[in-house]
Amino acid sequence: MPPEVVSSAPPSTSVVEAEGLVRAFGARRAVDGVSFSLAAGECLALFGPNGAGKTTLLRMLAGLLAPSAGRCLVAGVALRDGARARGLVGLVSHASMLYGALSGRENVEFAARMYGLPGPAAAATRALSAMRVLDRADAPVRSLSRGLQQRVSIARAIVHEPTLLLCDEPYTGLDEVGSAALTSALGERRAAGAALLLVTHNLGEGLALATHAAIMQRGRFARFERRGDVDQSLYTSQYRELVAADA
Amino acid sequence: MPDVALATPPGMLRAAWLVARKDLAIEFRTRTAFFSAMVFALLGLTIFYFAWDATAVAAIDLAPGVLWVIFTFSGLLGLQRSFGIEQADRAMDALLGAPVDREAIYLGKALANIVFVAGVQVVALPAVGLFYNVPLGAVALPLAGLALLAAIGIVAVGTLFSAMAVNTRLAELLLPMLSLPFFLPIVMAAAQTTARLLAGRPASEAWPWLRILLAFDLVFVVACTLAFPFTVEE
Repeated sequence: MPPEVVSSAPPSTSVVEAEGLVRAFGARRAVDGVSFSLAAGECLALFGPNGAGKTTLLRMLAGLLAPSAGRCLVAGVALRDGARARGLVGLVSHASMLYGALSGRENVEFAARMYGLPGPAAAATRALSAMRVLDRADAPVRSLSRGLQQRVSIARAIVHEPTLLLCDEPYTGLDEVGSAALTSALGERRAAGAALLLVTHNLGEGLALATHAAIMQRGRFARFERRGDVDQSLYTSQYRELVAADA
Repeated sequence: MPDVALATPPGMLRAAWLVARKDLAIEFRTRTAFFSAMVFALLGLTIFYFAWDATAVAAIDLAPGVLWVIFTFSGLLGLQRSFGIEQADRAMDALLGAPVDREAIYLGKALANIVFVAGVQVVALPAVGLFYNVPLGAVALPLAGLALLAAIGIVAVGTLFSAMAVNTRLAELLLPMLSLPFFLPIVMAAAQTTARLLAGRPASEAWPWLRILLAFDLVFVVACTLAFPFTVEE
């Protein structure tokens, strides 16, 4: 049986608090009653087979998909409050979410302005520098490699210093320098009090960063536990069995 | 917790301006939609010109219709691209994830589209005058005002339908199919007003058509702004 409510933080200190989140597409429930909470500085590594509902969950938390049922608070602000809640969230997705005709700097600066940051140019420079892509920041995004585009995309997602950072396979396409920059940037965000939700198929990568780990299956959390309670090799074999059984 | 108190999300008009400026910057860099629309407008005018029997229809009777047919169809090319640029790498997700009202996104897109359509009109209007030997100089100012009024109506409806059509497999087909019936009152009113302007008729004759145009603009700008959030909510 999946856990009914999984919580790592008392509600008063939660950065994100989801309760009974459901998202249905017609008769199919892509996310089916997910509840969890994360406190400041915590990181949840979310694993699961394709079609388990991970991306749908992330899109709901980002305010891009309205839940069919349930509620979610980000830093105490209900996602239903729309614009205010969305301003607290950053999203790194499969797609770069960038404009190819604009430079990396213009893309990140545009995001900074849309979030109303004071000094958008300086904020963009900081974010691009954190992702070690400042030297290519003035080139059109379409001329950059996939990995560099991913770095700019991450810079765009962190430029407003989100309270909740949602990352869907953020390491995809990154080289060693990019991966190190991302790990460092995620660490800085967590040190600043942000919570992180990391979706990945790479268990080692996810568990290395996580304070909590969860496996999602058929729209539900099949497992949710503290990282300290997880034995990586055992977890890996159990995960493989679960994915194989799901296929 | 990170200090987010310093950030003040832009208000509706400021956010709309940011979106419009971004769209125009992209169009300025690529120029694909504008040049496509220009070439389309000039080719359309050429075809109409060679299909025209000057002994059967006077230029002054034909020009208004040609002008507004050309404007309408070339404008569609820009409207098609309006949300197309958001689809390429799902940039729309970043836009919708920003802490601004959805209405601001619509208004920004519409503003950029008005500049686009107006740009096409600036080139196409003299071309119509040249092809049909119609004296536009005397009525340039009222004609510019009329073109702006019509552009507002076309863009108000077209921007909304562009947002609706972009996620479908038949976006290129769906946008004209949805938009053109709504463009009909605009084209009728604009063509009738243009005909009266070119013929030097008194302004009172054009007023009923202008009122239709004004009413259309008012109703559809408000209705489409309010409807837009529902077209992008999933």
